Amino acid sequence: MWQALYEELADSNFVVISVAMDKTADDARPWIEAAKPTHPSLIDTQHLVADLYNMVNVPTIVWIDEDGRIARPNDVAFGRDTFKAITGVDSAKHMNALRAWVRGEAQAMTPDEVRSLRSLPTGKHQEARAEFGLAFWLYEQGRNEAAERHFLRGGELAPDDFMIRRGSMPMRGIDPMGPVFAKMLEEWQSAGNSYYLQLPD
Amino acid sequence: MREENFTIIDDGSAASVPATVRDDQIRLDHADIKRALGWELKSEGFCREAACVPVPEASSVVTDAGVDLLQFARLIDRPLALDAEERAAYLGTSAGDRGEALATLQAPDFTLPDVEGKLHSLSDYRGQKILLVAYASW
Repeated sequence: MWQALYEELADSNFVVISVAMDKTADDARPWIEAAKPTHPSLIDTQHLVADLYNMVNVPTIVWIDEDGRIARPNDVAFGRDTFKAITGVDSAKHMNALRAWVRGEAQAMTPDEVRSLRSLPTGKHQEARAEFGLAFWLYEQGRNEAAERHFLRGGELAPDDFMIRRGSMPMRGIDPMGPVFAKMLEEWQSAGNSYYLQLPD
Repeated sequence: MREENFTIIDDGSAASVPATVRDDQIRLDHADIKRALGWELKSEGFCREAACVPVPEASSVVTDAGVDLLQFARLIDRPLALDAEERAAYLGTSAGDRGEALATLQAPDFTLPDVEGKLHSLSDYRGQKILLVAYASW
């Protein structure tokens, strides 16, 4: 999905690192084979990156500068507009800002802006991630009933964490695009919450 | 009480240790805490690398029956997901530790495999601008 942008900007000392939050490499494989990325395209079954960066949904993007510093904190961005009607997120705005930053035509955020816009995890988020960690380990052991308890507990502790609530569905035999997800989304949004947390303009 | 095999997963890697289990009370030998988690019980408290966490005198974290796992996790400020029935627990990372790391604005490093199993680290790409994208098939 980001391969075209990577190719476009490859001469500008820029790399895309994509990380699939899927339960196995084989779940991500069809997407990767279709995209044919020449940039690093990684698999994160245990949601390590989600934990390190406090990511609660996909897609989540982060800009990192040449010194390894966060230049733009967690934001929602898509590589194309396939689902724009559903998500309400326009891919071009982020893409153009990214191009300008990579080419040196525009500054990224100041450190203070990054600090004020980033999201830090709460104790509940980290408890929820421990529940996910236990659940995933139990799932890999084939102890599905026990795994279910901890996937659910994780979602109860951090209701905004769709990396857990939706991301666990394929491991629980639930269609992540199906009626269970639709109901979850409806309840979340009708309570006044956003499903995609975009940074302000 | 009978000792059983208990699995502790510390940030993703699992170790099996003998434990006594009664309801949600899991007791382990302090030598096994050191072996599985790297925390050694010394006179100044539980220590790992340079850091020591004192054990409050009135607490029952450490008794003759062993180290209470839930209380130990609380003592070292780590979230613990526990399933006594399944004889397994997962020790996560605290919000404080994550927040401290993110406060530096340094992007946390990680090492993950690609679809062929080859490992890549974020830090391999230092010196370039990076777009990190988390996505999923779901």
